[in-house]
Amino acid sequence: MWTWFYKLASPPYVYGAAAALVPWFLGAAALALGYGLIDGLAIAPPDYQQGDAFRMIYVHVPSALLSLTVYTVMAAASAVALIWRIKVGHAVSAAAAPIGASFTLLALVTGSLWGRPMWGTYWAWDPRLTSELILLFLYVGVMSLRSAFEDPERGDRAAALLATVGVVNVPIVHFSVVWWNSLHQGATIVKLGAPSMAGSMLWPLLSMWLGFMLFFAAVLCIRLQGEVLNRERQTKWVREAIMVRREVKS
Amino acid sequence: MLKGVSLTLRPRQLLHISGPNGTGKTTLLRVVCGLLRPEQGLVSWLGQSISSVRAEYQAALAYASHEPALKGDLTALENLRFAVGLKRRVTAGELRASLEKTGVAGCADLPARVLSAGQRRRVALARILSMKASLWLLDEPFTNLDAAGTDLTGALLQSHVEGGGAALVVAHHDLKVDVDMRRLELGL
Amino acid sequence: MNVGSQVGSIEAFTLIVRRELCLSFRRPDQLLQPLVFFLIVTTLFPLGLSLQLSLLRDMAPGVLWVAALLSSLLSVDSLFKSDADDGTLEQLALCGQGLTVIVVAKTFAHWLVSGAALVLVSPVVGTALGIPTGVFPTMMLSLTLGTLTLSWLGAIGAGLTVGLKRGNVLLSLIVLPLAMPLLIFGAGATDRAISGSSAAGALYFLAALCVFTCTLAPFAATVALRITLE
Repeated sequence: MWTWFYKLASPPYVYGAAAALVPWFLGAAALALGYGLIDGLAIAPPDYQQGDAFRMIYVHVPSALLSLTVYTVMAAASAVALIWRIKVGHAVSAAAAPIGASFTLLALVTGSLWGRPMWGTYWAWDPRLTSELILLFLYVGVMSLRSAFEDPERGDRAAALLATVGVVNVPIVHFSVVWWNSLHQGATIVKLGAPSMAGSMLWPLLSMWLGFMLFFAAVLCIRLQGEVLNRERQTKWVREAIMVRREVKS
Repeated sequence: MLKGVSLTLRPRQLLHISGPNGTGKTTLLRVVCGLLRPEQGLVSWLGQSISSVRAEYQAALAYASHEPALKGDLTALENLRFAVGLKRRVTAGELRASLEKTGVAGCADLPARVLSAGQRRRVALARILSMKASLWLLDEPFTNLDAAGTDLTGALLQSHVEGGGAALVVAHHDLKVDVDMRRLELGL
Repeated sequence: MNVGSQVGSIEAFTLIVRRELCLSFRRPDQLLQPLVFFLIVTTLFPLGLSLQLSLLRDMAPGVLWVAALLSSLLSVDSLFKSDADDGTLEQLALCGQGLTVIVVAKTFAHWLVSGAALVLVSPVVGTALGIPTGVFPTMMLSLTLGTLTLSWLGAIGAGLTVGLKRGNVLLSLIVLPLAMPLLIFGAGATDRAISGSSAAGALYFLAALCVFTCTLAPFAATVALRITLE
C-alpha cells in the first residue's frame, strides 16, 4: 500500500499521470457541465418566489463550494509537503492556488449579479459573500507570499505554512461572519440560499457541482505539469522529456 | 552547492576549512551547527544525529558567525549576559573576566554600537570564551582584528584545543596554531 | 526537558523577556510610535465623517478595533527583524533552549509593550469616541484578549516575512484576513455592551479564539522562523 504513496511523491510519475488524466477529466467535465447547464438554464421551471433569477444558483453555489474545496486541497498538499518534505505537494499547492482564487472570484461576481434582483444592489454584506471575500484575501495572501521570495523553495515552504494556518481559519471565519450577520440583521435579508429544493432543481445543481469538480481536476493536472517541470528543470528526467518532445516535433 | 563533503572531528583536534569565495565554507559551518538542514547526509554528535540530541548539542557548541552578532543598543556586558545566560548561569564577574582576557574590559559598559569593528570582534570572542563550550565553530574569526588580536585569537584557540576541546575554523589564510590540525580545502 | 543546559526553560523565558524589554525601553521613541499611530487613526474617523459624539458612539467599537488592529500590525513587523539583521537570531536559535521558548518569550514581551499599552490607553480613545465609561471593562477585556491573539497571528506573519524586503505590507496582507474574526467578535462585544445587552457570548468566543491561537500559534511561528533561518 505504501508503494502507491511513494509513487505519488515521485515527480516524473505525477507528471506522467497528470498528462494522461487531463483528457478524461475534461471529457467528463464537459458532459456534466453540459447536462447541468441545459437542464438548469433551460428546462427546470422558474422558482415561484425568485423567478428566473434563482438560476444563478447553478453557477454560484458550485463555484463557492469549489473555492472551499480547492483551499482544502491546497492546504492538505501544503501540509504533506511540509511534514514529510515531499516536494510534489508544493507543486500541487502552487498549481491549485490560482484556480481556487478564480472560483472564489466567480462566486463573488455571480453572487453580486444574483444580489441585484434580490436586494436591489450589487453588494450587501451577506454572510456567504463576506466569507467568500475573506477567502479571496486568504488566497491572495498565499500567492503573494510564494512569489515574494527570491528562493523559490523557501517561498514554497512559507506559502505552505500560511495555507495550513489559513485552512484552520476558514471555519472560524465562516462562523464569525454568520454570527456578525445575525447581530446586524438588516431589514431585508434574503439569503443567497437555495429555495426549497425540488428534484428538478437538485439534479442539475449536483451535475454542475460534479462538472466543476472535474473541471478543477483537469485544470489542476494541466497546471501541475507546468509546476512540476519548473521545479524539476535541473533534473535529468526533465531534460530527457524535453529532448523527446523536441525529437517528436522535428 | 556542497557535494560529497565528509569530515570527522575528535577532541583536541582543529579543522581548518579554507577555499575561495563562494565554495560554501559558511554553508558548511551552518550545516554543522544545525541551522541548515542538508538535503542529503547527516551530522552526528557523539554517535547520534544532531536533530535527536538538539539541546545537548547546542549546549556543547559555541558559534561565531561572520558578523559579531551584537545588539547595538546593549552594552558589551549585557550582550554577553543575554547570550551566555541562556546556556549557563554566569556572574557579571565571570563575564568581565572574559572581556579582560580578550582585551576589551574597558568596553564592558559601552553600547555595542559605539565600538569599533575590531572591538566588536573581541567582544564576540569573549562570548565564545564565556560559553565554556567544547566545540567551537568559528567563521572568519580574524576579520577586522589587528596583529595583536590575531595572535590573541590564535592563543585562545590553542589553549581551547589543548584543553580537550575541538574547533572548526573557517579562515582564508593559514592558521598559526600548534595543535593537531586538519585541513579541508573546498574547491569550485 | 533541557537535559543539556543548566538553564531551565522558565529562567530562559524570563531572561529573553528582560532582553526584549531592555531593548524596547532603550528606544522610547520606537516604543511610543504604535500608540501614537493608534491615536492618530482613531482621530481620522471623526475627521473624515464629521459626526457628533452621540452618532460616533455607534461607530466607536468598530473604529477602536480597526485602529487597534492596524497599530498592532505596524509594530509586529519588528518582532524578529532586528535580530535577523544583526545575526543575533542565529545565536538565539543555537542557545540550546529551542526556538519555541524564544518565540514565546519574544512575542509575550512584544505584547507587553504594544498590546498591553494599547489596552491601557483605550479609555482615553473610548472617551474621545463617545463610549460610555460603564462599557470600559468590557472594552478593555475584549482588547486584551484581542491584542494577545493579534500578537500571535502577527508573530506567524513576522516569522514568514522577516527575510523579505518591503515585508511589512505583505505582513499586513497575510495577517488581516486571519484577524477578521477577532474584529467581528471584539467590536461585537463592545457594541453589545453599549446597547445594553449581554456581551458574554462574544467575549467567550473571543476568549476561545485567544486560547486556541495562543496554544497553536507558537508552533506555527517556530516553523515559520525555521523556514526563514534555513
